[in-house]
Amino acid sequence: MILGTALALAACSAPGGTAGTSTAASTGSATFAGGSPTCGTSPVTLSTYIETGFPLPKNLTDEFTKQYPNVTFKIREDQFAVITQNAPRVLVDDPPDLMRLPQVSGLVKDGLLLNLDPYAKAFGWDKWPASQLEQMRVDADGRRGDGPLYAMGLNFSMTGVFYNKDLAATFGMTEAPKTLADLDAALKKAKDAGITPIVQFNGGATGGLAFPLQGLMASYGDASAINSWIYQKSGATIDTPTNLQAAQHLQQWISSGYFASDVNSIDYATMMSRFIDGKSAFIFDGDWESGNLDQKMPGKVGFFLMPPAQAGGKFGAMSAPLTYGISAKAKHADCAAFFLNWVATNQQARTIDVQVGGSHPMGPADAFMPAVDKNTVTAQTLAAGAQIGADNGAMDFIANATGAIYAKSWTPNLQKLVAGQIDAKGLLTAVQADYKTQIGS
Amino acid sequence: MQKRSTTIRRHREDEAAARFTTDRRRRALRARRLRRGGLALALTAPAVLAYVVFVIRPIAMTVQYSFYKWDGITPSTWAGLSNYVAILHNPELSGSIVNAFTLILFFSFVPVALGLFTANAIRGFATSRLAVVARTVLFLPQIIPLVAAGIMWSWQLSTDGVVNQVFRLLGLGRLARPWLGDFGTALPAVGVIGAWVLFGLCMLLLLAGMTKIDPSLYEAARVDGAGPVREFFSITLPSLRQEVVVCLTVTIIAALASFDIVYIATQGGPGNRTLVPGLEIYYLAFFQRQVGSASALAVVLMLLVLAVVLPLQSLSREGKS
Repeated sequence: MILGTALALAACSAPGGTAGTSTAASTGSATFAGGSPTCGTSPVTLSTYIETGFPLPKNLTDEFTKQYPNVTFKIREDQFAVITQNAPRVLVDDPPDLMRLPQVSGLVKDGLLLNLDPYAKAFGWDKWPASQLEQMRVDADGRRGDGPLYAMGLNFSMTGVFYNKDLAATFGMTEAPKTLADLDAALKKAKDAGITPIVQFNGGATGGLAFPLQGLMASYGDASAINSWIYQKSGATIDTPTNLQAAQHLQQWISSGYFASDVNSIDYATMMSRFIDGKSAFIFDGDWESGNLDQKMPGKVGFFLMPPAQAGGKFGAMSAPLTYGISAKAKHADCAAFFLNWVATNQQARTIDVQVGGSHPMGPADAFMPAVDKNTVTAQTLAAGAQIGADNGAMDFIANATGAIYAKSWTPNLQKLVAGQIDAKGLLTAVQADYKTQIGS
Repeated sequence: MQKRSTTIRRHREDEAAARFTTDRRRRALRARRLRRGGLALALTAPAVLAYVVFVIRPIAMTVQYSFYKWDGITPSTWAGLSNYVAILHNPELSGSIVNAFTLILFFSFVPVALGLFTANAIRGFATSRLAVVARTVLFLPQIIPLVAAGIMWSWQLSTDGVVNQVFRLLGLGRLARPWLGDFGTALPAVGVIGAWVLFGLCMLLLLAGMTKIDPSLYEAARVDGAGPVREFFSITLPSLRQEVVVCLTVTIIAALASFDIVYIATQGGPGNRTLVPGLEIYYLAFFQRQVGSASALAVVLMLLVLAVVLPLQSLSREGKS
């Protein structure tokens, strides 16, 4: 009894300490003294927390150890969902020097990530195309898009439409659609030919229809307006006239039967296996699959960006860095920053980035690029990346606007749209309402 | 007179002596009891300690957290009852509770009804080897981890899964559908998985209960001309009152506190149609980082389970008296 009372009393202080006496770490800052930070010459072990299932980070760390033998990596791997759940606790309890990060704004607000601005200055990251780093900047109010830099990419990925060239030939599509009308026509031809036009994941907790939806938003409207919403700029709304046109277009694709009939029960792996088995003509996906598709269906896959509504219009695409950050309590922050800079600037690292990762490396616009076979889909996605850069059409993913907006709003509402329980307008109203509640709280 | 008084005195002395010995004996008894009690306390201490640390304390902390607004990391702020008010006003949270009650139909009533029927059938040939085989086969789902059961069933219920293949073989292709991805069938489909898992446990419990029913009761009934149906309703079912209550208790808790099966099979989709409180608590705590709201929902869920399960227990006691 006495013990129980003691325990109960011990548990009675407010969780996490009271607001006045913050126990959270004060926002950390880089510590190197003058010059460029390096890994030095004495042995260093970087504690690293990466996403499992992707070979890129390990290929990079292996190459780095080859070039700098005094640096080794102690690697812990988890699925992205696990990393998302555990990020704050890991950053506090077992601070890694390098860590794959989910959306950063919450982590920055809690003071868990190192401010990388001093490194950005020392290494000249601030001279790179600004759009590459925009998503990883967080201001004092926890809004992204502006302010100090809190993370860095290993590369940046991009989304668009992959198509099966063999199937496309059977219904007479020989080149990538130039306008949305062209794409509509191709989808209809596929449907008429008895081919499932699009297989897209949208089952369980995965609202994969957000991919075509955001593509359509960029076709009808302005990419920067969508970014404002994602970055939680004040007054931003997803419920705009052009976004409504986009959602209505998506709804029309659904009612025309362009998606596989069981779209609400397809998960990501099912989508990939059906596309690779030639069971559908199109998927909306990202260039992280380029390498995989080049291997599984060599020469058979084409890629194009979601075409604009009007001929000659601008292109937009979801594009996001493969985000890695440094804990505010990291022991070897300088070396971790040196590694991140090396990934973006070293020729060998950039080659690995393209060949293993399939995505565009970070870094200056005129930096070294490895040669890529023109017939591969990797070559096409890299070219599309250049197009997006020229049109300034890079957007973050609408699913990243808040920590829970994807699981708790986009996914259920897109599933309802498929089932005909809500319409395009209802989708946008519902998501905007959830967005406001989540930001307010 | 003197003699008499002597007798009385002696008597009194005897009494006093007697009282003295009883007192001593009583005191000795009490001491022994105390000593024994101390031993008993010492022996139960580890269990009590574990119970306090791992059961009472987490519950107390959950209750405490439910009155705060807290993201799990940074300092918390006092929220009073606002987390509880939010549960009442958020249709998503209250909807998850409705879903959980719907699941009782599949997790409890179906397994108990089927279990009664099957156990009664098996009792008919209880001595044969077939009964052992039937019992083992029907109990098997109980030993399969829930996660494995969830994965297996999500394959079977998928677009090209076994269930739809059977429908197509039977010429009922138009009934085939992605069961777990369809708004109308997702919750019942999840229910079927739960029924399949819990059926074996109910059957085994009920079968065990049937073996202790006095056979002479059945003989008497048969002499009175009762058929198998009458036998079941007049003898078997009333005798199994306690077992049925145990089955209902266990399965209702499984329904209201369900998590694993739903998490594996649908993650609450499509469109929150299979969202249950267990899953919602997980989403709130780990995705939305609202530890306060998650704790409040957990407390509500615990009270709901108690509110449903406690009245059931009195049902079983009435049966005894």
